[in-house]
Amino acid sequence: MTGNESVNKFLLEAKNITKKFGEFTANDQVSIGLVAGEIHALLGENGAGKSTLVKMMYGALQPTSGDLYWNGEKVVVNNPAAARKLGVGMVFQHFSLFESLSVIENISLAIAEEADLALLAEKISRVSREYGLPLEPHAIVADLSVGERQRIEIVRCLLQEPKLLIMDEPTAVLTPQEADQLFVTLRKLAGEGVAILYISHRLEEVRQLCHDATILRMGKVVDNVDPQEETAQSLAQLMVGTAIHKIESVSDKQFGKILLRTRSLSLESDMQFGVDLMDINLEVKAGEVLAIAGIAGNGQGELFDALSGEMRVSKPDIIELNGVACGTRGIRFRRNCEAAFAPEERLGHGAVPSFRLSENVVLTRHNSDKNLVNFGFMDHKLVRAIADRVAKKRDVRTSKADPEASSLSGGNLQKFIVGRELDRKPKVLIVNQPTWGVDAGAAAMIRQALINCAARGAAVLVISQDLDEIFEVADSIAVISRGQLSDIYTANEMTYEKVGLLMAGAHEKPTKHVGNLQDNMAGRT
Amino acid sequence: MIGIEAVILTIITASTPLLLAAIGELVVERSGVLNLGVEGMMVMGAVCGFIATYYSGSLILGVVAAILAGVLMSLLFGLLTQTFVTNQMATGLALTILCLGLSGLVGEPFTGLPGAKLPALYIPYLTDIPYIGKIIFGQDALVYLSLILVFFVQYVLFRTRVGLIIRAVGDSHVSAHALGYNVVRVRYLCIMFGGACAGLAGGYLSLAYTPQWIENMTSGRGWIALALVVFATWMPRRILFGAYLFGTVWIMGLYVQGIGLGIPSQLLSALPYIVTIIALVIISRNKQLTKLNTPACLGQQFVPDR
Amino acid sequence: MKITLEKRAMASNFMTYASPIIAIGLTVVIGGIIFLLAGYNPLNALYYYFVDPVMSLWSIEEVVVKATPLVLIGAGLAICFSANIWNIGAEGQLTMGALAGAFIPVMFTDWQSPIGLVLMLLMGVGGGAAWAAIAAFLKNRFNVNEILTSLMLVYVAQYILDWFVRGPWRDPKGFNFPKSVDFEGWQLLPTYGDGRMHIGAIIAVIVVVILAIMMSRSMKGFEIKAIGNSRRAGAFAGFSYKSMTWFCFLLSGALAGLAGIIEVAGPAGHLQPTISPGYGFTAIIVAFLGRLNPIGVLMAGVLLAISYLGGDGAQMELGVSAKTAQVFQGMLLFLILACDTLIRYKIKFSVSQKSTEGALV
Repeated sequence: MTGNESVNKFLLEAKNITKKFGEFTANDQVSIGLVAGEIHALLGENGAGKSTLVKMMYGALQPTSGDLYWNGEKVVVNNPAAARKLGVGMVFQHFSLFESLSVIENISLAIAEEADLALLAEKISRVSREYGLPLEPHAIVADLSVGERQRIEIVRCLLQEPKLLIMDEPTAVLTPQEADQLFVTLRKLAGEGVAILYISHRLEEVRQLCHDATILRMGKVVDNVDPQEETAQSLAQLMVGTAIHKIESVSDKQFGKILLRTRSLSLESDMQFGVDLMDINLEVKAGEVLAIAGIAGNGQGELFDALSGEMRVSKPDIIELNGVACGTRGIRFRRNCEAAFAPEERLGHGAVPSFRLSENVVLTRHNSDKNLVNFGFMDHKLVRAIADRVAKKRDVRTSKADPEASSLSGGNLQKFIVGRELDRKPKVLIVNQPTWGVDAGAAAMIRQALINCAARGAAVLVISQDLDEIFEVADSIAVISRGQLSDIYTANEMTYEKVGLLMAGAHEKPTKHVGNLQDNMAGRT
Repeated sequence: MIGIEAVILTIITASTPLLLAAIGELVVERSGVLNLGVEGMMVMGAVCGFIATYYSGSLILGVVAAILAGVLMSLLFGLLTQTFVTNQMATGLALTILCLGLSGLVGEPFTGLPGAKLPALYIPYLTDIPYIGKIIFGQDALVYLSLILVFFVQYVLFRTRVGLIIRAVGDSHVSAHALGYNVVRVRYLCIMFGGACAGLAGGYLSLAYTPQWIENMTSGRGWIALALVVFATWMPRRILFGAYLFGTVWIMGLYVQGIGLGIPSQLLSALPYIVTIIALVIISRNKQLTKLNTPACLGQQFVPDR
Repeated sequence: MKITLEKRAMASNFMTYASPIIAIGLTVVIGGIIFLLAGYNPLNALYYYFVDPVMSLWSIEEVVVKATPLVLIGAGLAICFSANIWNIGAEGQLTMGALAGAFIPVMFTDWQSPIGLVLMLLMGVGGGAAWAAIAAFLKNRFNVNEILTSLMLVYVAQYILDWFVRGPWRDPKGFNFPKSVDFEGWQLLPTYGDGRMHIGAIIAVIVVVILAIMMSRSMKGFEIKAIGNSRRAGAFAGFSYKSMTWFCFLLSGALAGLAGIIEVAGPAGHLQPTISPGYGFTAIIVAFLGRLNPIGVLMAGVLLAISYLGGDGAQMELGVSAKTAQVFQGMLLFLILACDTLIRYKIKFSVSQKSTEGALV
């Protein structure tokens, strides 16, 4: 930020914005100015208030106090339609798409005036050609990959010829190669005079791409820097405020016998728009961390369910946990084989939202812990002791003793859920997206705990879409795409680029036998 | 064969209320709301339609009253489920229980009184065509309205922007909200449309099917209409087929009773309900079929985050 | 004026208990206003509805008799609804329970033995459970919506009962009335007090206590609540949704069937085409008013029984239609659901702002 431009140079300026949710202050006197033709980064941890701020710019939320100025004039943005009218476009982190509708219907819903679908289809293909964003207008969204879905979101914005484009964590769901392509598009847009507000926590890419960076911490602006003059390390320092715990890996690893193995695991998904698993073979030895990379929605959930026993396969020996063939057995049996599981969805899968932490201990341990339940009645004292022990050991911060799971922040709840499973000292640990949406401190702690768990002699399987995390924790790496798993490589023979190619499906075999999957592929073109 | 003509005529009158109620509920469910109160809104439509006609002598007023009653009751449902975000299933049940009681109360003095019947249309020459004239050109106005309604709903849902918005809201209320659509308002309007259709369906019962008021005269037709929506996998034109299929079963039961083949009358009376269960089994066992069109947000609560 | 909801960080404990009381209060107030508009003295009318039924021993006994089936069915439904499983066909299960239990006295008219009575009750339980099992089976096997099937089965059950009492089981000495033979001696539940009150009430209380312990302390109760709150998390715990569907339907069906046979072996004394004034549906209200908690159901059942009796009383004393009671019950359920919102949300009223669509200020 050079500071010598006059106020009117700003396309959009936020002055002293404060937003409160009840007692909680999400944004505290935040000021930020965006300039036409510049890519401006908004940095901050999960929960720093980035999303709240941009939602106010997009009219999805109203500030408690403070004002927005558009070209120097004060504006009130009552709703997203009003924002769009001004010239603000936004690509959400969680896409605002309708799965059962077609690409063109999805786009038309975001454009108030356009009623003629034929005309719109023409416009779509023009814009997508111009910016290198290929799209099939009549495909149903449910059949599309995450990258394609993001293209819909971007095209949807571009059709309204926005003067300001807000992008919320756009690369979180892309392969490195797809991300590079996106950067080309963004630079082209900036070159045409569009202001871009770019939210990310990937500091390397912010350094490459952005002209300016505003850093939020706990709802306040802490600094305004030129990212090209910073290092990733110094940016991280600004975001977190304190030095982040550095992950320590164990040197001189010795792996033991195989504790987790699948043999030709195939499974038809039972979700509405699920992904079928095809011929997955993997092995994890005692002391080893195997990380499975992949873009969201490529069968990770199904793989987790198959390994945990929430979905069962036809033959016992397809899945082997701790030496026991248990493909046809349920999750209770598998826990009794000293396996432990932590799913992606924290509330409503890993924990019952309205249950207290102690009750959530019972949720996964009622059968595998021997003393927890006696004659059908649970031992409340013991359960509570476990909950307290886990909370203490994993630094789970709660506002009161034994609170409901839903009252915890994402990071604290995840620490509790992972801690609950580690407390059992499992021989096999399977986690899906362990640090998704978790603040940096908690993420570092969880990753360290996973490494330590393996060092103690457990086989650890980490399914994650965060490449940084994968390279931090893994001894071996494999990639899943469209339900197929690549070969397993040792971590030091892998690079971001190699993983990226696999994420894009370089290892996939042509499929003949599964009709369902073929339909899927046809829809993707 | 005059007999067959009469049978077809009664089948049409028996199918029309099912068709009306189901097409309304289809729109409601397409917007992501499950209103189990169809039976209740129908029975209120029936009693209010009858009373209005009884006092005014005007069938048109009766029809209007039936529609208004349905809308009013649906607003109650909307207020609870949309504004107070209550559980939709429990609220729909509550609506039915309340309406069955309320209709019994306000209808008590009118039980068994003779009422006016909607006249069949007469189009010169056309209605006089033998065999098919009365069937095609000699129905009452609501029969034609119900048929028009099916194609109207089909057109609106799949060919217009309004329909696109309704389907979008039913598919993902979070996305719709993020794009700036007023999810709650869209759903209120759909719920009211459903109420109007259910009220009209009830009015048809007390003004055309059996022109009088009998307590609980809907006898489960509202529930069958709900089943029809599932049976039609949320596609309007299939509702047409389903409603006439059920209407046929209903009337065939009555006719067979009349002929007296030694089959217990109770079995024949129970037939529509048994057929409903069988139809649901046939449709539901095919997961692909039901998954495809089920609105993803059906029955889920939504609180806008502002 | 605009109503907005603000989510509470934690469910309000106070409101959990206060909401049914607020709902009852509002029902009374709205009821009073309706009476006033209809030209009755509202206090007088409300007295007959809610106070008079508990003013004499006779009517208290009558309240107990009416509360018994409501509590039995309501407790079963409370378990179902807690697990987010929707059995709304209790009325049909009640009917089939009554029919199955009546098999003994109808077929073995002369058999007088306490064993016969116990057998009757067990067959009632079995009949209700079997009828409920149809809906559970169809849901588990074919994925059929249980709300619709369980309700359709109510109509079917009522026609089956109708066929029996007009056909094979009609009392030959009954002057062609559609009813079965009158039960006698050990074919009836032992009574006490003035003669209408029977041991069914004690059975209901025992059932409530067992279910209350199950829900609050046992692993089964935990399982029910886990699945009800989050089916996915329940599956993660290793609880089977299909088994839970069986459990809930069989339990609530059994209790509805028990209520049915208690009704015919108690107050009625024979089978007839109509054996319940909609207990199976009113029990839905009882379950919600009782906060899906067995002890709460016990209290709610008594309250609803009072309103049934109050309806009859008000008709006799004031000439108000007995159907008013049914309207009260429906209104009550509506208001409970609305008040339950207060447990999870704070309600804020605000004057709606005029929307200035993106206008420059």
